[in-house]
Amino acid sequence: MNELLTILLIVGGTAVIAWPLGHYMARVMQSGKTLVSHGLDAQNWKQYLGAMMIFNVGMFVVVFSILITQQLLPLNPDARESLGWDLVFNTAASFTTNTNLQHYSGEVHMSYFSQVFGLMWLQFVSAATGIACLAALARGMSGKTNFGNFFLDLQRATFLILLPLAFIVALAYIFAGMPMTLEGAAQATTLEGGAQTIARGPVAAFVSIKQLGTNGGGFFGPNSTHPLENPTFFVNMISLFALIVIPMACVWMFGRITKRMGHAAVVFVVMLVLVLTKIGWSVVNESAPTAAFAELPVEQTTGNLEGKELRLGATTGPLWAVLTTATSNGSVGSMHNSLNPLTGLAPLTGMWLNETFGGVGVGMINMFIYIIVAVFLAGMMIGRTPEYMGKRIEAREMMLAAACLIAHPLLILGGTALFCLIPSWGAATINNPGARGFTEMLYEFTSAAANNGSGYEGLGDNTIPWNVATGVVMLIARFLPIILPLAIAGLLAAKRPVAETAGTLQTDTPTFGFMLVGVIVMLGALTFLLAAVLGPVAEHLLTNFK
Amino acid sequence: MKNILTTLKLIVLTSAICCAAYPLAVLALAHAITPETAQGSLVRDAEGRIIGSRLIAQGFTQPRYFWPRPSAVDYNAAGAGGSNLSPTNPELKVRAEEILARLGQEPDVPVPADLLTASGSGLDPHISEAGARFQAARVAGARGIDVSVIQDLIAKQAFSPTGPLFGKDRIVNVLEINLALDAASRTTSSGTP
Repeated sequence: MNELLTILLIVGGTAVIAWPLGHYMARVMQSGKTLVSHGLDAQNWKQYLGAMMIFNVGMFVVVFSILITQQLLPLNPDARESLGWDLVFNTAASFTTNTNLQHYSGEVHMSYFSQVFGLMWLQFVSAATGIACLAALARGMSGKTNFGNFFLDLQRATFLILLPLAFIVALAYIFAGMPMTLEGAAQATTLEGGAQTIARGPVAAFVSIKQLGTNGGGFFGPNSTHPLENPTFFVNMISLFALIVIPMACVWMFGRITKRMGHAAVVFVVMLVLVLTKIGWSVVNESAPTAAFAELPVEQTTGNLEGKELRLGATTGPLWAVLTTATSNGSVGSMHNSLNPLTGLAPLTGMWLNETFGGVGVGMINMFIYIIVAVFLAGMMIGRTPEYMGKRIEAREMMLAAACLIAHPLLILGGTALFCLIPSWGAATINNPGARGFTEMLYEFTSAAANNGSGYEGLGDNTIPWNVATGVVMLIARFLPIILPLAIAGLLAAKRPVAETAGTLQTDTPTFGFMLVGVIVMLGALTFLLAAVLGPVAEHLLTNFK
Repeated sequence: MKNILTTLKLIVLTSAICCAAYPLAVLALAHAITPETAQGSLVRDAEGRIIGSRLIAQGFTQPRYFWPRPSAVDYNAAGAGGSNLSPTNPELKVRAEEILARLGQEPDVPVPADLLTASGSGLDPHISEAGARFQAARVAGARGIDVSVIQDLIAKQAFSPTGPLFGKDRIVNVLEINLALDAASRTTSSGTP
């Protein structure tokens, strides 16, 4: 009962706030004033993508340079040293791509300068890149060959959307007791006379944008399980709200700019239903006690507590696991590697589908691909030329959509297979034996390819093979699913609109919603069911039916 | 070329606002509104020395203190982390058996699970109320005081982290209850010269 109330309040409450926020976002993305605007003219889809890529290369280069020289830079009270090139490559790729996969541990490896000017900066501008590209996609789909201007959009998303929200959430955090200081670690002498070094830092400002921008890279190693990163149940509620509010609002922003709010509503409900299904699944499975204590005299009325924090309440682990993977955030409120085997299917599914709200901006862009496929299949089924938003979907668009859909499983399953084949890359780095060890590798590639950033931690992933492989996967998996959909929108925008008739497939009806769910579930199952059976399902069966 | 110039301009602009102005504003407000928690909720003794943080577990091992939940990183607040052990990993059972032996478990009373499970951060500052009550007899014995005094203290210290609306499970902050124990001992001993 209490669990249900928590879930309803967080998901429902956020959905309510996402509605006005989506309208606000549409308004400022279309006409918000910017600081730099002189000479920034309208771009077609190719020019827009070109500008986006140049800026993103700039992001990568700046942060790579900061991280590799952090020992020489200021704001380093705890004397953090230089990092290896492979870890720097992985981290710069990870934060540029809005993934925030962390093969380092914040309080161990990073100076405050690296955290604030490197990583936190990327948490703003990588999220802004996603929102900008969605705005451009929506403009294209509304029939314009003018996609806007990337540099204007980037400023609007950063300064008019992310920054005000980050400031409000950071204020709530400091009120609720989160640290915010530039002082180095505190040296304590414990009650029993031992020494304890307590790492701290400018946490509140960092965590706020980490949650809002579907970034997920924690200030501390164990992310939002850390008491200084998530000190109270109230902070936890705010963090969960911040985690899903912009991805939810992005759907309405897309609807507003394309002037298809009915269609956006169908998409919103489809996403919501899939998210709620995953939440139900994981909460039920995680309320089962841990199998490890089955034969011991242990009172286990509260479910599986390994990897969880008591102050955050019983539902936080599974609820956070679902929301953070549904949205490509990747922050964690409990340790995913200690989740019950079947619970782990929910975060994996979230990242396999990667569009049940999804990352800021890019979640809706991913959904756009599924919509194109659903429209195409529905068109085939009723024997008409498939049309979406008044434009014909033809072979070229379908080829691009298919390439997008195939890339995702190819990167995940191909990467996992490669690391399974080479024991010194894969098997030597796993933390748990048996099927769970396989799932750790599967999860790592899934997280990289979904630009998520969470992990079945404990995997020894700060190695050259892991750093390079996941770094490359993150880069491909970030830019391909932005470039191809924008190309589709560009091709469609150049076509002559077809008049809507009685025979046109309606995309704002419940029927289309069912079709869309069907396409998502069928495609997901066909590509990932086997991997799921080898990992979580096998682990569950081997434990419970010996 | 124009794109590169604009990129450079925007890198400087976004850095200045997002990485300097924004965190400095939050920093200033934090120090004005919540100076204590902004520094990490540090706890100091009468002489002002730092004992620890209210939010960070300490590795108590003496019988006269309440013990926290197990920590995969040995309560290292400069390198936090969880065990990341899967529920199906046999190591988890081995670890639980070791802790059971240390707790001196009585056959009739099952041990509350939180005392056997490592938290996600390894720094969870709390134990469940049941976990505290389970340790009451040991703490009372080591301090030579009546167990009912300890039980009363637990009842006073236990609170619901979620508020009554979202759950009824109560928890106890281990450092705070141990500080309260020491404070009580000091009052008693100063009363009997």
